[in-house]
Order: sequence, then C-alpha cells, then structure tokens
Amino acid sequence: MILEIVSSVFVIAGAIFAVIGGIGIVRLPDFFSRIHGAGITDTLGAGLILTGLMFLSAEWTVTVKLVAILALLWITSPTATHALANAALETGLRPGVDETEEATSSS
Amino acid sequence: MTYAAGLVAILAAVWLLLSGYFDKPLLLGLGAVSVALVVFISLRMRIVDDEGLPVQLPAGLVRYLPWLVVEIVKANVDVALRILRPSLPIRPRVIRVRAGQRTDVGRVIYANSITLTPGTVTIDTEGDHITIHALTEEAAAGVLSGEMDRRVTRVEGRG
Repeated sequence: MILEIVSSVFVIAGAIFAVIGGIGIVRLPDFFSRIHGAGITDTLGAGLILTGLMFLSAEWTVTVKLVAILALLWITSPTATHALANAALETGLRPGVDETEEATSSS
Repeated sequence: MTYAAGLVAILAAVWLLLSGYFDKPLLLGLGAVSVALVVFISLRMRIVDDEGLPVQLPAGLVRYLPWLVVEIVKANVDVALRILRPSLPIRPRVIRVRAGQRTDVGRVIYANSITLTPGTVTIDTEGDHITIHALTEEAAAGVLSGEMDRRVTRVEGRG
C-alpha cells in the first residue's frame, strides 16, 4: 500500500515533468532553446517514471532491468541530443542569442 | 588478457541479471556459449582495451553520479519553472569552455553530462574545446564555474 503510494507519487511527478517538457517545446522561441525543453522530458520525466515503477516491481530482476533502461536512456539521450544540435549547427542554423562570449573555465 | 577476463565477468553478470535463470543447465550453457562468442569476436576486432572496457572509471563514477543526479534535478526544476512562467525569463547564449580531461572517454562524459543537465546543451566539440548553448545566465555561469569539469577530471583518475 505504502509502496503503491510512493510509486504513484514518482510516476505522477514524472508525467508532470514530461508534460512541462512538451509545453517547453511549444513555448520556447527557437530550435536550440527547444532542445532544453525536450531535455526535461528525457531526464527527469523518464527518470521519475522509471524510479516509480521500480517501487512496484515484484521481482528484483525487474528492478535490475529498469535500472539498465534508465542507464541506457541517460547515456543515449544526451548523445542523440548532441547529434541533433550539432547537425543543426553544421547545416548553418545559428542559435538566437542575446550575446556570444569567449570564455575559459577556471580549471 | 585482464580486459578479456573482465569482459567475460561483465557479460556473464549482464546475462544472468537480464535472464533471471540461475538453475537451468541448458540455458546457462547457451548463455556461456554466447559470452564466449562475444568475447572471441571482440578480441578479433581488437576492441578489448582500456577504452572498450574502462575499468578505471566505475570507482570515480560512484562518487560522481550522485552529484550529477542532484545537479540534474536542480536544473530540471529551474528550467521547468521558467517554462511555466508567463514572462518566459530566458536569456539564450553560446559559450565556449575548455574540457580539462585527458582522454576521449573523459571528454565524452563531460560533454554528455552538460547536455544531460537541462539548460545547457553541448552543440560542438573540437579538440579540447566545447561549445555550449545555455538557456539562461545562471546555467551558463554553472558551466563556467568549472565544477563539473573538475569532477569529471577526477572521475578519470590519476589527475
């Protein structure tokens, strides 16, 4: 019972973030900023839903599979996002920015 | 040869965990054949090395991942709230930073960590410089502080 409630909270929170990501894709102004909206669905949306499902899994092998799915998703989704963004940049699409700056991190 | 043994151990563990069979001799035998075949092919392709099987990483990743997850959650909440606010308070900008990692694997982890964090996306990499599209000033400042860069460099070890 308690597990089901905890699970529901995670799944619902994940669904809310997935929807917010969708709203972001619509509201944000250009291609490069829309990617950030999609990122919310990819990371916290999917992450919370999968975490919620882990609480419900009857067997521990199912939990292992969910962890594997989450790990795979969190490795492949930024890779795909980068491929998409880089392809846009290579084909000449320029991000709409307020300012561009050259900077080096402090390390 | 150490890498081959490590590959056998990891493949066997993955097979066992995904199948869930621990007491069916025939299936376990077939699993062992699959593992042997994959290791044989990998050795022939010469991809069993420190890049194909980065044994030095997990120790550092164990400390890095919890920090990364917290950062991802914080950034998610921040970007989500900005999207929902009617005034849409964003200031997109492009920044270039240096990736301090020695290896390609380290740089991939760094660039992917940046992309995984909403608000910042790696849009280009050349040599040890990466170009980032940041949605807000705060997100850009977070990358410029170089904390993630230092932490990923520590994951690489010997640095």
